[in-house]
Amino acid sequence: MALSVRKFDAIVVGAGGSGMRAALELARANLKVAVLSKVFPTRSHTVAAQGGIAAPLANSTEDNWHWHMYDTVKGSDYLGDQDAIEYMCRRAIEVVVELEHMGMPFDRLESGKIYQRPFGGHTQDYGSPKMAMRSCAAADRTGHAMLHTLYQQNVRANTQFFVEWMALDLIRDPQDGAVIGVTALEMETGEVSILQAKATVFATGGSGRIFAASTNAFINTGDGLGMAARAGIPLEDMEFFQFHPTGIQGAGILITEGVRGEGGYLLNKNGERFMERYAPNAKDLASRDVVSRAMTTEIKEGRGCGPDADHLLLKLDHLGPEVINHRLPGIREIAIRFANADPVREPIPVVPTAHYQMGGIPTKYTGQVVVPEGATSESILPSFYAVGECACVSVHGANRLGTNSLLDLVVFGKAAGEQVIKDIRSLPSPQRNLPKDAGEASRARLARLDAASSGERVADVGNDLRRTMQAHCGIFRFPEDLARGIEKVKEIAARAQRLFIQDKSKVFNTARVEALELDNLVETAMATIVSAEARKESRGAQSRADFPERDDKNWMRHTLWYKEANRLAYKPVHLKPMTVEAFQPKARTY
Amino acid sequence: MRLSIYRYDPDKDERPYIKDYEVQLEHADRMLLDALVKVKVLDDSIAFRRSCREGVCGSDAMNINGKNGLACLTKVADLPEHVTLRPLPGLPVIRDLIVDMTQFFKQYHSIKPYVINDEPPPERERLQSPEERDHLDGLYECILCACCSTSCPSFWWNPDKFVGPAGLLQAYRFIADTRDQATAERLDNLNDPYRLFRCHTIMNCVDVCPKNLNPTKAINHIKELLVKRAV
Repeated sequence: MALSVRKFDAIVVGAGGSGMRAALELARANLKVAVLSKVFPTRSHTVAAQGGIAAPLANSTEDNWHWHMYDTVKGSDYLGDQDAIEYMCRRAIEVVVELEHMGMPFDRLESGKIYQRPFGGHTQDYGSPKMAMRSCAAADRTGHAMLHTLYQQNVRANTQFFVEWMALDLIRDPQDGAVIGVTALEMETGEVSILQAKATVFATGGSGRIFAASTNAFINTGDGLGMAARAGIPLEDMEFFQFHPTGIQGAGILITEGVRGEGGYLLNKNGERFMERYAPNAKDLASRDVVSRAMTTEIKEGRGCGPDADHLLLKLDHLGPEVINHRLPGIREIAIRFANADPVREPIPVVPTAHYQMGGIPTKYTGQVVVPEGATSESILPSFYAVGECACVSVHGANRLGTNSLLDLVVFGKAAGEQVIKDIRSLPSPQRNLPKDAGEASRARLARLDAASSGERVADVGNDLRRTMQAHCGIFRFPEDLARGIEKVKEIAARAQRLFIQDKSKVFNTARVEALELDNLVETAMATIVSAEARKESRGAQSRADFPERDDKNWMRHTLWYKEANRLAYKPVHLKPMTVEAFQPKARTY
Repeated sequence: MRLSIYRYDPDKDERPYIKDYEVQLEHADRMLLDALVKVKVLDDSIAFRRSCREGVCGSDAMNINGKNGLACLTKVADLPEHVTLRPLPGLPVIRDLIVDMTQFFKQYHSIKPYVINDEPPPERERLQSPEERDHLDGLYECILCACCSTSCPSFWWNPDKFVGPAGLLQAYRFIADTRDQATAERLDNLNDPYRLFRCHTIMNCVDVCPKNLNPTKAINHIKELLVKRAV
């Protein structure tokens, strides 16, 4: 039986910050748009972002986009593409002011302007010891405020949402590889359909659930990455996974860097403010990779806190109840609930926790997906776009600065929307023809799950995957661990081919959804650990015991991982910005 | 821990039933959601929504021992040994603990949940004093979990006509925003025996809100504005 086909001008997969920003652009242009989301839009993981969105508004301290650009290039450990970084920083004020005009409830200064706080790695005057107050904040609920505002604007623009629809696989034109849509599962009915479009935008978010200790929501299973990988599209720089310095010990829940931006700091068991030793200037506001490594070193060297010496303390009671209740109310609520600690009186136990994937589907700053073809390393893949955490533009390079992720979402969500409109208006013919076997791959995956009467449990395989990644591909990476980890992930991938679920119902079958998600987790984990093993240097979030230094001569290049035979290829970093002088790589200290 | 959970799969069940589960909790299983995830390992056919597991996405609202709440913010230690879980009351059940929230969101959309301001925006941000911004506190933080509206008898009776506490809280969020110019239009939209005035100050909404928000207070502000306008 043929699958039913629905046709659109554009489909957006994912309704977090970047997907809804792209959708808004498209809906306002009166295109026929479908936005698919596994969850109701305001349940997307953007909602959990806390500390702020970067923009050099200069409301409290002198600032400009050149300084922001420098900080982002340096933060990326010089792996970020400088043209894309310039593009993002130059559009930051515009997109943040737009959010304000849309009604986003930013905190305010006495002047009536948007409140801004300092954040890690954001400085004045090209890395001077003076921090820039660049993070535009709505208390410590900036992601929530932004996501709801974007949803509200989409309601106003009459965007068509397909809520609780899970995209399963990409459909490509066998002629030239162009993307012509996706297959998707409607969870409520269990029906699979084809959604066909002149433009397909992936905004599927990250894959933080490949690690056992993660700040990420259950839904962050790398779905877009898995779909791209299965369709033969490479994934870029997947070895770079950010560990956030302050996840609540045991629970993994995020405690914003904004706590340190407001004046909080980390202590070891001796009550020492140890970041002073690792980053004499920026201290607790050094880049996240630097702080997470310092914390891990403290714990390894026996200066961790608690009976098991396994965590550190985040102190903020000296800020006083006024600041905590006004600027960090969500943190107080979370700490009381998940750490049994009221930060007004006592410190919060924290450990570095998997948080953000810098890599993703390779794109340029227009959101267009670019892949190697013949002699060129970046040829535009027709009709396919990716934005947000699932994309690698690359503005974050080897390490992302806090508050640059929300900025990334709106800048590139908007840019991709603009590009899609341009591309669709220049298309000669309305829709391409679907290949004869369209949807076959998805149907086969579902049929296998339906037919299985015994096999591996999804929870067991998933937990083994997460434990393996945690043990073998963490903050500090060791050659033997990585090599053994790859073998283990391969074994797990084989087990994932034999999944068995008891639930065979068509109606809202969440066991089926979790099994389908596991396929995506496996692809993402494989890409991460294989890329990490191959990169013989330490840069940003990748820290190898056997190659402790950055090696610009051999490794100033982006990784491309292909699912097929775990093949790796490399492409050059864009060292040339659009209009300004390039920032030359130098030793990175904070 | 013993859980009795409402089960219904329209694909195979003629009628709903309660099924009992026994789970062994470990030290790290602090919240009810942790226990539910354990149940799902035992029986993968149980269906419930969940995502952020930290109380900001609003997915895992359910009826816990007779009271609405979020599973991810409900401490196991605060619960008795035996817990009964049912779907949110008053909305159609799709399956197990998953309800159809169409009506709830329809009411939310009906209050025009976005800032309306037809003046051309300035080049930079619109200005708002910290005091003006403070008026949005206790309003904008809503996570649309529906704990409040589905605990409200007026919403049970008239889900198609009464906006309900969640929608009204958001209606006031935009009235209270100094950047919004549509207060008159918003009040017209609510000046109706059902849309606003079905609220009888029962205050179940305040009792259950997992974010400690106070829809009743917001509703009273709207009522006051209508009275002021009338005199």
